[in-house]
Amino acid sequence: MNTEDLRIRLAELSPVLSPFFSTEFGDAVIGVGRDSLHETARELREIGFDRLGMVTAVDRDEFFVMVYRLQSRALSAALFVKAKVPRDDPRVDSLFDIWPAADWQEREVFDLLGITFDGHPDLRRIMLPDEFDGHPLRKDYDNPNVIRRPDYI
Amino acid sequence: MTLEVESRTKLLSEDGREVEQLVVNVGPSHPSTHGVGRVVVTLDGEIVTKAVPMIGYLHRGIEKMAENRTYLQVVPLTDRLDYVGSMYANWAYCRAVERLAGIRVPERAEYLRVIVCELQRIASHMMGMGASGADTGAFTMFMYAFDLRERVIELFESLCGARLTYNYVRPGGVSRDTPDGWTDDVLAFTASMRADLAEMDSLFFGNTIARGRLKGIGVLSAEDAVAWGASGPTARASNVNWDLRKHDPYSVYPRFEFDVIVGDRGDAYDRGRVKLLECYESAKIIEQAIAQMPGGFYKADGLPRLIAPPPGDAYDHIESARGSLGVYLVSDGGQRPYRMKVRSPAFCNLALLPKLALGHTLSDLVVILGSLDPVFGEIDR
Repeated sequence: MNTEDLRIRLAELSPVLSPFFSTEFGDAVIGVGRDSLHETARELREIGFDRLGMVTAVDRDEFFVMVYRLQSRALSAALFVKAKVPRDDPRVDSLFDIWPAADWQEREVFDLLGITFDGHPDLRRIMLPDEFDGHPLRKDYDNPNVIRRPDYI
Repeated sequence: MTLEVESRTKLLSEDGREVEQLVVNVGPSHPSTHGVGRVVVTLDGEIVTKAVPMIGYLHRGIEKMAENRTYLQVVPLTDRLDYVGSMYANWAYCRAVERLAGIRVPERAEYLRVIVCELQRIASHMMGMGASGADTGAFTMFMYAFDLRERVIELFESLCGARLTYNYVRPGGVSRDTPDGWTDDVLAFTASMRADLAEMDSLFFGNTIARGRLKGIGVLSAEDAVAWGASGPTARASNVNWDLRKHDPYSVYPRFEFDVIVGDRGDAYDRGRVKLLECYESAKIIEQAIAQMPGGFYKADGLPRLIAPPPGDAYDHIESARGSLGVYLVSDGGQRPYRMKVRSPAFCNLALLPKLALGHTLSDLVVILGSLDPVFGEIDR
């Protein structure tokens, strides 16, 4: 199903969500606030998005963007859900109770980007040791061992 | 099996007897963990009451390193993700770059990518099945599987000079065209491979000991497989008909005829046998691809030396030997990725281990871990 078909189908299935629908670079995206993220996820799970493919976050300097990629076998469609998270209060609701697949993926985001997931049953670091200081995938992460390569032009 | 005993607590069993609960470390340096994984297992007698995988021993920060390299320099890093299936990560990354930068790939390159990735699937499944066999004591299976894998590796060696980290798929195409007579060698291999696979099938999956050891172990239901994000042979063994080559077709896969192999019970036996049967389907695809392969360029003409895609983000995925391998790239318009994320199928599949191992014996935990086919390069990244 292409993004235009998905937009029409989504308007039928969930009139509440369709205003948040947009298309970015050929991908279907639903942009929501972080407070309505859990609600949105539950709604999407009910209309057939049964697979949580990927959870990640991007550090955009002033804020973080949580990125979820959902897939539906019934609709044969894929969808991104994006939510802004303020940098000074990096916390968001866990989606573990909707898709258990969020378990390790949220732990990874917590470990490498330092975003806290409320309601996650076992939020610990996963890749790095527990005593590690800082979150390396943040853009302001500083470590004397990190050497910037020069530009080539 | 060398196990390091961490602590012992005295417990009272239900009938009032004093029993000991053992917490043991399997790994991180242990032959049955298939790499540098560690599982902290709590045992009641020989029964696993809790299994906690500890990962990260091979964490090299590849996603962070990618932010510091040009788009082309990231390709060798992707080799080091899934090191028994380097072609997949190469391809998934290149697809994301091509989508981001709007690069069109010549048709010959797409066919070459399909051929090498299907060969890689055979090699990777042989590694997974052979190691599973060795876990259960069937070392013959390991030798047979590695013989077949070696023949694929030799084909790759003559194609791109490397045996493990190929760096073959590049943004816009592949690194070089096939040497003379290479496709004939591939066809000779697929023709002779079928007999070897049939022999392995009866030797291992038809063997009473192996059946007794694998059947009914680590059963994963179809609902759990979907909810926990399992993909690849792990999901398909649980009767989840989900294969990106069929259900989200990419590249030239819609042009080939092949079947998606599904199991029905979702136990370790099915996870192993699905891998073996998939090799037949890969051979079918390779033969069709070689018959259809057009001439022409093997990489896009007029590619810039430094790729600098417009700001934006792109996700693309392929069906690797372990499942849906996706790469999410964010560009800020510069020469380097602003952010790269690898959606690793082995990582998502391994998250199922605590669930699957519960209530089985310690020796079955090893079988379950082997049947999930973890590759720690990709899990830890």
